[in-house]
Amino acid sequence: MEISDGYPAAMRQSIARVEATRSARLGRTFPAMSLDERKALLLSHHPDYKAGAKRPLLFGSGKGMSLNHELTDLFEARPLVRASLDLSKIDHDVDLLVIGGGGAGTVAAIWAVKAGLDPRKVLVTTKLRHGDSNSTMAQGGIQAADRPEDSPAQHFLDVMGGGHFTNQPELVRALVQDAPLIIQWHEHLGMMYDKDANGHFIEHPGGGTSRNRMHSARDYTGLEMMRVLRDEARNLGIPVIEFSPVIELLCDDEGRVSGAVLINLETRHYHIVRARATIITTGGLGRLHMQQYPTTNHYGATADGLVLAYRVGAKLVDLDAVQYHPTGAAFPAQMAGLLITEKVRGLGAQPLNCDGEQFVFPLEPRDVEASAFIRECAERGKGIKTPQDMCGVWLDAPMVDLIHGPGTIREALPAMFRMYARFGIDMTRDPILVFPTLHYQNGGIATDEHGATSVPGLYAAGEVMGGVHGKNRLMGNSLLDFNVFGRRAGMAAATYAREHPAGKLSLAHVAAYEAMLHDAGIATTRTAPRILPDYRGKEALDRYLDIPL
Amino acid sequence: MSEQAPLITMQLMGKNYRVPAGLTIMAAIEYAGYKLVRGAGCRGGFCGSCPTLYRREGNHRIFTALACQTLVEDGMCLVQMPFVPLITRPYDLYTIKPQANTLLQHFPEIAGCVACNTCTRSCPQGLPVMDYIQASLRGDIERAALLSFDCISCGICSSRCPADIKHYAVGLLARRLYGKYITPNAPDLAERVGAIETGDFTAELDALMALSAAELRSRYEQRTFEVAAEQEDPYSATRSYNSAMDPVDYQDELEVSR
Repeated sequence: MEISDGYPAAMRQSIARVEATRSARLGRTFPAMSLDERKALLLSHHPDYKAGAKRPLLFGSGKGMSLNHELTDLFEARPLVRASLDLSKIDHDVDLLVIGGGGAGTVAAIWAVKAGLDPRKVLVTTKLRHGDSNSTMAQGGIQAADRPEDSPAQHFLDVMGGGHFTNQPELVRALVQDAPLIIQWHEHLGMMYDKDANGHFIEHPGGGTSRNRMHSARDYTGLEMMRVLRDEARNLGIPVIEFSPVIELLCDDEGRVSGAVLINLETRHYHIVRARATIITTGGLGRLHMQQYPTTNHYGATADGLVLAYRVGAKLVDLDAVQYHPTGAAFPAQMAGLLITEKVRGLGAQPLNCDGEQFVFPLEPRDVEASAFIRECAERGKGIKTPQDMCGVWLDAPMVDLIHGPGTIREALPAMFRMYARFGIDMTRDPILVFPTLHYQNGGIATDEHGATSVPGLYAAGEVMGGVHGKNRLMGNSLLDFNVFGRRAGMAAATYAREHPAGKLSLAHVAAYEAMLHDAGIATTRTAPRILPDYRGKEALDRYLDIPL
Repeated sequence: MSEQAPLITMQLMGKNYRVPAGLTIMAAIEYAGYKLVRGAGCRGGFCGSCPTLYRREGNHRIFTALACQTLVEDGMCLVQMPFVPLITRPYDLYTIKPQANTLLQHFPEIAGCVACNTCTRSCPQGLPVMDYIQASLRGDIERAALLSFDCISCGICSSRCPADIKHYAVGLLARRLYGKYITPNAPDLAERVGAIETGDFTAELDALMALSAAELRSRYEQRTFEVAAEQEDPYSATRSYNSAMDPVDYQDELEVSR
């Protein structure tokens, strides 16, 4: 196969058509859709509405909720421990247990300490390393209505409309009202947001926003946030146990959540944590690969928190809606599914079909934009095929430098530029190929505006929590969400912990869950939580022997 | 027309495996039958949890890379580093002062830098690591912050350093000092936060919360959009904060890349 500057000849022919139309497209943008047009497109082409991809939950607090098979499978699975597990030796006796060491968990732990808990009585436990999370991978930015031209009310409207008015309004209110406060906290923590010479934030639009309120730190916004938060947590002396995911929550005899069972991934021995309050911040579900989509998510994003919460009876919300980010990399194959930040479109790059024509407004809400890409490739047959038989549409990256001046891509999008350069593509000269990729869990565990779930003693924050984004999240609201609700959950859980001593530990809910599985007629050997996906090669697995060592 | 990739040989922790060409090192390790627990994180080049050491046939050097961002090569002899140990002295950013000797006081080992440039050569992000350590030594916090900004804290630099410098921790403190003390605070932000705290926006939000679904939809559809402001090149490396390029080398680099 002949490759020139990263692309095979067949793709080069289409790139020539993109180049031919480029100058005529500058300054001309495809019109945005009406609400009715959006709805029709979603129903016809969004993966959430694909026939046969879902089945209803048969038992529990979410009975009747129709979820993707991959997710329903997790709920219809057996616990990893039996109710008879020996709980007599308590390894960690703390005021607050935070399950998950990404953005939400780190923020929650910091604010619980700021709210008065002794850092030595707070424990963060995480499946991978502290900070290995979707938060770190977030590129584009964080929304906050902090300019005179903007207001929390304007932000509120954007969030509600982006979520198709399915959001919980009181959560949205908390989100938009706390946003400027969070940015100010970050400024005090020394985060390096992009600013002009006078210290004004450089703020961009994002899909579905009516004001420019996207604050970013080049295209490493999440990385910058996570490494500063992690550093702050370390300086405060908050203990973190890595490579030790929670495999089951613990309750007391009144059904209040009172800690958890951790498993050390290397020695496979379990630890018992007794905690006065517990916050689930386990993140999302991309590594379940719904409908075989590739994902932008980190290795540990397997929806563990949803399973843990469901076993103790917590309510779930909007889990039927999964976010497919419109711009996942579709070429080269080594990059398949990796996130191409929305900021590329925010800076002016247009999506184009194989003929170099625009077919959608570049900044529709994500689900609408993704559906338009799928329609262009499937129904209209105007996508671009890769040698690996993937299909995608062009994102005309060189427009960014044409609009904002040479050097902009390298300055504002260094992560993107670097990633493509590693695989031989120069995005300052050539368009890049994109297709929707599994990106975000819109719904999750239902909470109030302080992160409290329907189960006493249990809080949730970040991607694992649902309701604030409704059926569709806008760009820049997840970094915001984990800060706002991590902080609120941390403070609320600290208050709860002061008032409620932990009781006698029990796994009775595990026995009850097994009984519900049985009563629903589900006989399975599947277990959950999943912990990590399996990407081992078929040839190796075919000869795998499970022998004792 | 999906093409079958040819098989190549990779030597992973002392054993040879035949794997398809074109895979990343991480995908090749998994193809060979490993289930990764350590050494895999975001899988997208952001978290720094997959540092890899390798040698190539016919070359005396040790190379370093991120396993998720690097293609496997025929004859590659590699091992993954689980992580690089790090212990740092805690500090309180609210009381520490951004003085010329702050970085040196906190990380005295940077004075031992022998300018061998191994850190720069080993950085998978291609950062001028030695330059930002030298800048830290001179007390140039701004330059240290800007040059280290794209650091993903994989720690490879630190593992290769003859002076035992914790480069990524030095860069982190430099950036936090720069963000907190050297960059001006956003002029409008404090006012907005104050207005929210005194309840200036409460009535407006109350009103929106009280709308019926149909009213809210129509308010949404009637939103006005901000006209794309014709800002004067906000990315000017010499005039804005957190610019991706080293302000000193930036113009040269632009000339070269044109």
